[in-house]
Amino acid sequence: MIAFILRRLIQSVLVMLAVALIAFSMFSFIGDPVNSMLPENASTEERQALREQLGLDQPVTVQFTRFVTGAVQGEFGISYRNKRPVSEMIAERLPATLELVLAAAVFALLLGVPMGIYAALHPRGILSNLLNVISLIGISVPTFVTGILLILVFSVWLNWLPSFGRGETVQIGWWSTGFLTVSGLKSLVLPAVMLGLFQVTLIMRLVRAEMMEVLRSDFVRFARARGLTNRAVNFGHALGNTLMPVITIVGLQLGSMIAFAIITETVFQWPGMGLLFIQAVSFADIPVMSAYLVLVALVFVAINMIVDLLYFAIDPRLSVQA
Amino acid sequence: MTRSTPAWAEGGDPRYLLGTDNQGRDVLSAILYGSRISLAVGFVSVVLAMAIGIVVGLVSGYFGGMVDAFFMRIADVMLSFPTILVALLISGIARGALPREMHDSAALIVLVFAITITTWVQYARTVRSSTMVERSREYVYAAQLVGRRPFAILFSHILPNVMGPVLVIATINLAMAILIEATLSFLGVGMPPTNPSLGTLIRVGNEYLFSGVWWVVIFPSLTLVALVLAVNLLGDWLRDALNPKLR
Repeated sequence: MIAFILRRLIQSVLVMLAVALIAFSMFSFIGDPVNSMLPENASTEERQALREQLGLDQPVTVQFTRFVTGAVQGEFGISYRNKRPVSEMIAERLPATLELVLAAAVFALLLGVPMGIYAALHPRGILSNLLNVISLIGISVPTFVTGILLILVFSVWLNWLPSFGRGETVQIGWWSTGFLTVSGLKSLVLPAVMLGLFQVTLIMRLVRAEMMEVLRSDFVRFARARGLTNRAVNFGHALGNTLMPVITIVGLQLGSMIAFAIITETVFQWPGMGLLFIQAVSFADIPVMSAYLVLVALVFVAINMIVDLLYFAIDPRLSVQA
Repeated sequence: MTRSTPAWAEGGDPRYLLGTDNQGRDVLSAILYGSRISLAVGFVSVVLAMAIGIVVGLVSGYFGGMVDAFFMRIADVMLSFPTILVALLISGIARGALPREMHDSAALIVLVFAITITTWVQYARTVRSSTMVERSREYVYAAQLVGRRPFAILFSHILPNVMGPVLVIATINLAMAILIEATLSFLGVGMPPTNPSLGTLIRVGNEYLFSGVWWVVIFPSLTLVALVLAVNLLGDWLRDALNPKLR
């Protein structure tokens, strides 16, 4: 058990080092950042001073070591664009993105799971077919088009919900939350729906497939043979066994939702990490880009590892192999 | 003020079927030109990615060893991140490598580059696995015995036998390439407003949305959806047509 956890940890660390190497090598693709940070007429001394301040006068290996030690401590240097520490900028933006992703995931689960259960219990119903068609169309529509349509209908035409920003936020320590104010919650609705909609179709299809599989299995037939009510069989026996893989997939999807939040945040001008990243891309602000890359990779690796470990804890058959 | 609504709506001008934007530019002709760029980026990047993927896949599948391990580790890393994130990173790096004044003129090349680099992996994976199967077939041994050189075997004997699935992936990827292009342009790191693709049109039109000018953004969006849907249907049809079990 301990050996397995250790091996898994070492693997994760190696993956993170590889990502760090990619993030670091991004720096070498662009020219001298000093040129773009200083005005044209800056003196040689000024250039030299800035170069030393950024650590660009050191050899590559030293620079990489410094990059990794810095990254481990959450330091990613100074943004080329607004000359502020990247860690500070990300810490400001992190709560917005995480709250958005959380709300979207909850929305997707609350809508997707019941829809999937319904479709599995009534596979030939008219409503099930309708849900299937809608989900097929939903996959073909690009997410930003969905977002624009949501804004057009609910903000411009009906004027029910705000279409940009987070509304009022409350500061709890360094974490700024939009969950505690009415305007914050109202601002959250449309972005969360846009981000969650794609996941709804995914979860629905998954729950439907899993549940139909479970309903065919022996223990469900045995439960029926014992004369249990449909309700007890469907929800007491089948549903619990269906949800296990669903939770795994949703967990794995959280990482890509953080990445897809880039698009949502652009549509709704949501002040999160994605918006920061997209601004960094258009200004070729490499320190911010590399920090974002490392952070997203960390989320992916961490989620994957937790899922693996959970499987190991839940399924005793795996310990024989390991 | 030269803005006009679509021809059938109140205040519409029959000369501008889908209306015009705030500067009096016709929405329909913008869509026609924009679709051309979207399709061009899609086709070119699919062809390039297919070419790279086929060569890498054939070589790794046939020779194996270090070459194979090298390319497949790259593929593993790229496939473990969402496509859009990889495309964004690559276009960001490519823009960083270019001087600022070239960003607009080189936008098309940067987009094709980013989409190609993001999508070659799938072709490489598919071609590699079929090549590994073909490698031990008799006709390959025969060609080896006759003394044909490895690259002649790869391209004139193995390639025709692994092309089926590649064509199917290519149509699916055409839809994906169009989507990635539209998304990048929508996010402001793709085609500039002076030479807009569908994504840029949607981005620009989105700014008019709050003044109730819906047609400037909705029509390009619908065109994009129709385009992607059409290509996806084409892919489905091609998959069935190339599948011998269904014939």
